[in-house]
Amino acid sequence: MPRQPIYAYILVLLFLSPGLVHAAPNGQQLYLQHCAACHGNEGNGGVGVPLALPAFQASVDDQFLVDTVRLGRPGRVMPGFSFLKQQEIHAIVTHIRTWVTATPPEFGKARIKGDIKRGKQLYAQHCTACHGANGEGGHGTGVTFSRPRDLPIIAPSLSNSGFLTAASDQLIKKTLIEGRKGTPMLSAVERGLTEKDVDDVVAFVRSFEDHSIPADHLDFAAEPLTMEYESPFSFDKTIEKVKQAVIGMNFRVIREQKLEEGLVEQGKENPKQVMVYFCNFQLLNEALAVDPRVGLFLPCRVTILEEKGKVKLVAINPKRLSGLFNNNELNKLCEGMYETYTEIMEEATL
Amino acid sequence: MKSLLVGIIFLATSLFLNQTAFAAHMLMARTPQSFPEAMLKLQEVIRNKGYVVSRVQRVDIGLTSSGYQTDKYRVVFYGVPEEIARLSKKYPALISYLPLKISIFAEGKDTILVTANPQHLKKAGDAALARAINKWERDLVDIFAEMREEE
Repeated sequence: MPRQPIYAYILVLLFLSPGLVHAAPNGQQLYLQHCAACHGNEGNGGVGVPLALPAFQASVDDQFLVDTVRLGRPGRVMPGFSFLKQQEIHAIVTHIRTWVTATPPEFGKARIKGDIKRGKQLYAQHCTACHGANGEGGHGTGVTFSRPRDLPIIAPSLSNSGFLTAASDQLIKKTLIEGRKGTPMLSAVERGLTEKDVDDVVAFVRSFEDHSIPADHLDFAAEPLTMEYESPFSFDKTIEKVKQAVIGMNFRVIREQKLEEGLVEQGKENPKQVMVYFCNFQLLNEALAVDPRVGLFLPCRVTILEEKGKVKLVAINPKRLSGLFNNNELNKLCEGMYETYTEIMEEATL
Repeated sequence: MKSLLVGIIFLATSLFLNQTAFAAHMLMARTPQSFPEAMLKLQEVIRNKGYVVSRVQRVDIGLTSSGYQTDKYRVVFYGVPEEIARLSKKYPALISYLPLKISIFAEGKDTILVTANPQHLKKAGDAALARAINKWERDLVDIFAEMREEE
């Protein structure tokens, strides 16, 4: 190989390699790539918190945003972006700050002393309705899905390990005292609480650290990708058995098609790979309310295939796929879906 | 000298490839386009990447009667026919995840696209499958980047 082209190749690659060139990361571009789907292109919210809300920006410091991007909210949809470089995360935060002109606050990490027992009583009186008795937060993802909703945001989980790491006591105190204009979060002072009361509530919220709610301990990576059953019946009879089992579980068969249908010329599909699609609309709506991204599971499907004289049934493993969503509520639903698939496939192969 | 050059090429290539590496479990994009426009564009962008759109599935029956204001929710299935035929035979654990799919739904005036990062499917196979999956991921990142553009 002539030497000159090699040097040219190296130069081109070095030029394009960010690790060596140290080009400043583009915060706007990174935000659009990683955050905008949930938080909106201009930070107006949707699935995620409306980051452009002036009252929100006025009550959080940069470190809170940095830690939140890095750690996410385990089990609460917001993923951690620990794979991003530190300067990339800072670039995203800098971009988020461009929406509001006010100088962001700075908080120390000093703990606020308060009476936890008293704080618990005050919390039950003033905070539980939205944030839950154990700080578990509101339900759902907050996505409007073009559906009318009462609240502009879903109340955050205060006992979430990501929140407790990212939020300093001072941040929680400021939020309590000032509230968040534009959200249902009212000022504690306007509700008649004194500074001492607020300190007690902060101390109680901080005590969630002793039993913070992590992501479900479901080890989804250890789960097999699929659920598989062998059928003792012929290929055609197995298809019929699957359809009967689906109906028996109160699902509706919505379609039967060959795997390659639509991909190859009609009539040339592999006839021994057939998908049976089915749906239960009530379950569908329940799932969409928990997480609108569940379209990835849908429609429910069992594939029947014949290989080397053996007839098999295969389906996705909902417990495996659920782990990708970082949504504890969805995990529960998927465990139920796993049981349903099991029953359908067992019934069809009996 | 030759081995030094090979080493530098390897390092630089790794760093270059690392530029496009993606570690998120879910790939998502928001486009300011209306749902019908985004639907058309998505199918066009998928085809431009060399895939065949095999089916567009409605996932909206009963949504409006359940209080939703939209029925704009679809799942777009796609793949490379020869690749699907080959991989579904060689890696049966993959079959339930084929054809590939992207969910697309209206969110107010915007449209949101979402899919699982195919990296989680690597478990189903070997290095040859990993290469195919890496390509799917790169294509998805490109498709979503193009969808984010307004025009």
